[in-house]
Amino acid sequence: MNNLRGVYIIWYRDLLRFWHDKMRMIGSLIFPLLFLFVFGSGLSTRMGFLVPGVDFAQFMFPGIIGMTVLMSSFSAGISVVWDRELGFLKEVLVAPISRASVAMGKTLGAATVALLQGIAILIFAPLIGVSLSVWTVLALLPLMFLLAASMGSLGILLAARIRSMEAFTAVMQLLMFPMVFLSGAFFPLQDLPVWMSILVKINPATYGVAPIRQVMLGASADSPFGINLLGHTMSIWDNVAVLAAFGVAMTILAMWSFGNQE
Amino acid sequence: MTDYIIKVENLVKRFGDFVAVDDISFSVARGEIFGFLGPNGAGKTTTINILCTLSKPTSGRATIDGFDVVRQHSQVRQSIGLVFQDPSLDERLSGLQNLYFHAMVYSVPASVREQRIKQVLKMVELWDRRNNQVRTYSGGMKRRLEIARGLLHYPKVLFLDEPTLGLDPQTRNRIWEYILELRRREGTTIFLTTHYMDEVENADRIAIMDYGKLVAIDTPEELKKIVGKDIISVKTDDDDKAAEQIRLCYRMDARHDSNGLTFEIANGEEFLPTFIREFGTKILSVSLRRPSLDDVFLKLTGREMREEEVSDIFKAMLHQHSRRRRR
Repeated sequence: MNNLRGVYIIWYRDLLRFWHDKMRMIGSLIFPLLFLFVFGSGLSTRMGFLVPGVDFAQFMFPGIIGMTVLMSSFSAGISVVWDRELGFLKEVLVAPISRASVAMGKTLGAATVALLQGIAILIFAPLIGVSLSVWTVLALLPLMFLLAASMGSLGILLAARIRSMEAFTAVMQLLMFPMVFLSGAFFPLQDLPVWMSILVKINPATYGVAPIRQVMLGASADSPFGINLLGHTMSIWDNVAVLAAFGVAMTILAMWSFGNQE
Repeated sequence: MTDYIIKVENLVKRFGDFVAVDDISFSVARGEIFGFLGPNGAGKTTTINILCTLSKPTSGRATIDGFDVVRQHSQVRQSIGLVFQDPSLDERLSGLQNLYFHAMVYSVPASVREQRIKQVLKMVELWDRRNNQVRTYSGGMKRRLEIARGLLHYPKVLFLDEPTLGLDPQTRNRIWEYILELRRREGTTIFLTTHYMDEVENADRIAIMDYGKLVAIDTPEELKKIVGKDIISVKTDDDDKAAEQIRLCYRMDARHDSNGLTFEIANGEEFLPTFIREFGTKILSVSLRRPSLDDVFLKLTGREMREEEVSDIFKAMLHQHSRRRRR
């Protein structure tokens, strides 16, 4: 009971802080929108349709949503490093709630904020020419949240281990950009060089971007949006299972890691 | 039999080769104001961190209200309030939101939450500023908010780690009023560290810590009796010669310090007129005072406490220097 309240209040604080910081809300949308409209529009006219009915901007749109959610939730770990630097983490660590519930609350807070940002991008769908039904949106929200929670817990795990702001930023960028670039957010995953294909398949983000795209643009077995893993074409549920397994592992590690710090 | 709320037995904390806390034992009675005194780096904060479960001891044992600080940290955390040496507020939230957060993590019942938050905020005179973000508060206001927060869940023991560091005298006095008021009303045990000597005069008992060891533990009055006599400081135009003369005439060793020469003597008021009349070397200034805790510290450790307060940078340098000299 205590711990549930702990999870809630830590989550609530993250939302309050996000709400207070309106500039951050706007700022975090600029980068993905630039990508979407500049690259999307610029390349779409040149490349034509990737598959019948889907141009490059439309192809990239779910990728951009995945990227927004991933970057926002993953980088939320930085707030733990900030809290440590500014002293507030001490207030949290001496409180009579378990460390695991602190990690859980932080993960859920990061995931919720990331989900809100993903939704903000989703609103631009009509401008790109992607039509969304209510059912599609309802299917997208849990997929976005799953990606956000998995990447959020990875960020929290790193923040529990890395003490300095500079080191955290460096490690974060070192991991985040390759994860985004090699997730299939920006290009189809067919006919890649072997080395790249391997990296794409061990990248957990791949299994977060793919189902978002499959739900948004169609998921028939022969669509080019699936991933071929060891000769098996991954369905939406296959992808969700891989991502969920990764997310659960990261969350457990983050909770354990938080409990061990002095 | 005294009811001890804090019990510490043979506590040791090592960081690599460095022994921060070196086998200390003491007890604090329920409702006591217990002062923990010593220069920076003496091991005070390390000891507090162990008592409040933020750090694990290398060996030894400590209990708070019967709960072991290592094995029962949840119960310990519920029993204690903390005001840290460094600020630990969320500056992006308002004062009210900071207290709400605290009330939630410490399970203050919803029925009394609002009323208690109001009560503590009024006590530290921040009720009018409750909706402002903490980053707009002054240093003194932040400290007061932290003290209010430390009291919110009615802790049995309140730890105050250098609560008045860097505050102006007026704010310091006011914070002391709160602390004394709190003890009167709630019977809260207060465990306080400081390196301001005049502050611990309010304490019931004082422990003096130096290089990780407890060098004394007693009431302020008893500690002052260690020095016992009156203290005379004298400045002359030739301190070395004067010291020699004091040794010959009065059979006393005078110390060289920042005030010139210092020595102790019983019945100082009667001694002083004779001394001034008879003393050969030219006296520039002379002063007489009752022993303070500064003198106690000096007597026990051979070093002046005050040298730690000169300035932050200088302080750190001096400390490293004196430490090196010891090795």
